[in-house]
Amino acid sequence: MADLSIEFCGIRSPNPFWLASAPPTNTGDQVMRAFDAGWGGAVWKTLGNPIVNVTSRFGGIDYGNTRLMGLNNIELITDRPLEVNFREMLEVKKRFPKHTLVASLMVETKEEWREIIQRSEDAGADLLELNFGCPHGMCERGMGSAVGAEPKVLEEIARWAVEFARVPVIVKLTPNVGDILEPGEAAVRAGVPALSLINTVKSIMGVDLDRMVPLPRVGDASTNGGYCGPAVKPIALHLLSQLARHPQCGRLAISGIGGISNWRDAAEFIALGATSVQVCTAVMHHGFRIVEDMLEGLSDFLDEKGMSSVAELRGRAVPAFRDWGELDLSYKLVADINPDTCIGCQLCYVACMDGSHQCIHLPGRTEEQSRQAGHTHLPKHVPERAVTAAAATPGARVPFVDEEECVGCNLCQLVCPVPGCITMEEVSTGRPRESWNDRIAHGKAYVPGGLEATEATRRRNR
Amino acid sequence: MREGDAKRWELPPGRAEEAFEDKKPLYTPAEALAEANRCLYCSGAPCIQACPTGIDVPTFIRKIGTGNLKGAARTILSANLLGQSCAQVCPVEVLCAGSCVYTGWGREPIAIGRLQRYAVETTLSSHPALFQAKQPTGKRIALVGSGPASIAAAGLLALEGHTCLLYERKALPGGLNTLGIAPYKLKGPEALQELEWVLSLGRIEVRTGIEVVETASGPGQVSATGLLATHDAVFLGLGLGADARLGIPGEQGEGVHGATHLIERLKTDPGLTLEGVRRALVIGGGNTALDIAHELALLGVEVAMVYRRSEQEMGGYVHELDAARLDGVRLLENRQPVEILREDGRVVAMRLAFLAEGKPLPGAGETLPTDLVAVAIGQDRATHVARAFAGVALDERGRVKVDPLTHRTGNPKVWSGGDCVNGGKEVVNAVAEAKLAVRDIQRYLAGE
Repeated sequence: MADLSIEFCGIRSPNPFWLASAPPTNTGDQVMRAFDAGWGGAVWKTLGNPIVNVTSRFGGIDYGNTRLMGLNNIELITDRPLEVNFREMLEVKKRFPKHTLVASLMVETKEEWREIIQRSEDAGADLLELNFGCPHGMCERGMGSAVGAEPKVLEEIARWAVEFARVPVIVKLTPNVGDILEPGEAAVRAGVPALSLINTVKSIMGVDLDRMVPLPRVGDASTNGGYCGPAVKPIALHLLSQLARHPQCGRLAISGIGGISNWRDAAEFIALGATSVQVCTAVMHHGFRIVEDMLEGLSDFLDEKGMSSVAELRGRAVPAFRDWGELDLSYKLVADINPDTCIGCQLCYVACMDGSHQCIHLPGRTEEQSRQAGHTHLPKHVPERAVTAAAATPGARVPFVDEEECVGCNLCQLVCPVPGCITMEEVSTGRPRESWNDRIAHGKAYVPGGLEATEATRRRNR
Repeated sequence: MREGDAKRWELPPGRAEEAFEDKKPLYTPAEALAEANRCLYCSGAPCIQACPTGIDVPTFIRKIGTGNLKGAARTILSANLLGQSCAQVCPVEVLCAGSCVYTGWGREPIAIGRLQRYAVETTLSSHPALFQAKQPTGKRIALVGSGPASIAAAGLLALEGHTCLLYERKALPGGLNTLGIAPYKLKGPEALQELEWVLSLGRIEVRTGIEVVETASGPGQVSATGLLATHDAVFLGLGLGADARLGIPGEQGEGVHGATHLIERLKTDPGLTLEGVRRALVIGGGNTALDIAHELALLGVEVAMVYRRSEQEMGGYVHELDAARLDGVRLLENRQPVEILREDGRVVAMRLAFLAEGKPLPGAGETLPTDLVAVAIGQDRATHVARAFAGVALDERGRVKVDPLTHRTGNPKVWSGGDCVNGGKEVVNAVAEAKLAVRDIQRYLAGE
């Protein structure tokens, strides 16, 4: 059994699964139920001068049969009195001394920061998370993402926090910036030991086409909210990896946030440099119970990979991130369709024809028919292969990949509804490893004679 | 089963059951994923409530969806040690899947049984070590009978660190699971494989060919008092007895079979031949009658079921009758067997009386040609074994009397569960009753 416990800035946590600062951590009762369910930590819903919320305040995006692929909200920080929050935090820490309790904070003035930090520490917070990410409501008041998007201001406030705090400080970053390294570097300059990201992405969830009001609708109007859920995971992973690769930011502890719904997502964040992960939307969708699968799945995964702790997984995939110019231009894949699992839907065929490079063919056509359908390159022979899978449409034929023409783009594999049916097979080009940067270094990137000469050279090199 | 372990029990080749195809074959990974992702992951779901062993169905299905297959199997087996056979034999249509929220919404319910089979079978074939037994306690528990109730109880007790000894009268262990389940649901070797996995959980010994009697009079017999004296607790998983008989003329002799005995032969006896059997009549309207009727139909026999009341009053499941009918079984309602007619000793026909609301209509009847008669009108109780234990009481229908909350009998050292207590229910009920009994045996052994 792998050790799931982690150390985050010197603070031990029974496992890397924390609840993000959001509605699920609004009250002590919720946090205690979450800890009972197995969560290792919780970032309390942001404390500050309590606000008044509007209704409605959540919007969701469905995709096909999947509900809540994305969620957005225009809810603000805590709407409950600070004394109540602090009293409940104290109770939580008393009952769950080994769990990680993080206070998320957002106030305006230096004095307010001093006071709220002191009171959070008195209430037992193990860590403080500065909410410089909230992209709605609070930023109009000069807080949240207004701070996160302004490195100088971020640095100044973070410096106050480090000065006032006895416990480690985390800066929570907004993705609503041009370059995530700017606020990251500002946090480093301020001397904080940790970052967390991403906060939500500015968004409008949709439009009520009858009322002509954007969503979520508050009476006769709406505003932009913060987008989260499975849909934002790729954005979060990218920003996380940028920070993890940065020489200074990469040394900080990072709490990964953004669309984490299961153990696999969590493992991916940890492999790209996160020490802990924070979860919100998946809990808002399915409840605290999802943590059981996360704990079990991550533990079994680590065992299977021969890793004895979460720390061993951390950052494992970071070195494999390269700039485009470093990628191997000689590496080649071609698609292969398994006739035993193909169900004959021909989605790969239509995707390749209209969306890619026209190298998947349907058996049983004459050359004339193929040309009429839009193929400009015809393979010598298109074999007749009937589908044999149990689930297949009777009489359907397996599409055929023209390997000579296949550019290995992956699109057919991505649209195929049967997992494992289309695989991308490595083929040798016989050329040594060579990147674009290598070509530049060897003077091969530029071909004198204009576009035509470049094209001719490319053809020769193919 | 671990590699290297020799198989302890084997069934001979050439058995009729080998010809049957799986009704619910093992999913491919793609099929399982597609089905798992359809599940809504309901909270406090009706499927959990409908499962006698309370398997957390939505959780194990979500785990299949996240690729946590081992965890899915753990979720199933920690609630139901016989999760593999239950996945195949449970009447999911009236239990978990029958209560799926999709049903009321006009959508196909989640194929819970098939997903469960996928999770358990796939995991146990690659990662059999899901549970770790506790330190040995030195306590010994005797389990009489080796059917589902005893196997489940033995597995759970072994995980608690106790030593379990199963006493089985027959040569093959497993009871109903090995010998009595319709082969298109579960075949004998699969049942034995599951049994082997349970045995791998801890110190469990199976002693086959041993009869438990009041006074032992030779090898192959042990006495009830002896068992009580040498064990810290006893669990009676006796199942049911021999098939009940019709008591009509012509019943004696070749060609008339007790249903469970015939099923057992289909599953174990390579010598059984149905050559020359073109038509068969099955007497009864319960699930055993449906099973044997369906099995004979799948073997190419023209089968009619004879039931003395109307279709609406039948004890068998509607979905089983529908499935049997699809394979050619006919149902003759409101008829009662009167006489089996023979020529040169061979069964040739059966005389039936017509009934209305269970009462014979005077003078009305018919004679149907048939080559075989299978009698499925119930089974006797294994009362003599239960009676051998002092203090164990039986009710008026011969069922072992237990406290429903603890499954303890009138003897403070004896617990019981499964068919001998409930009169004949599903495998999953036997497991649920074994769980209750084990919980109480634990309290007893802990001195509470």
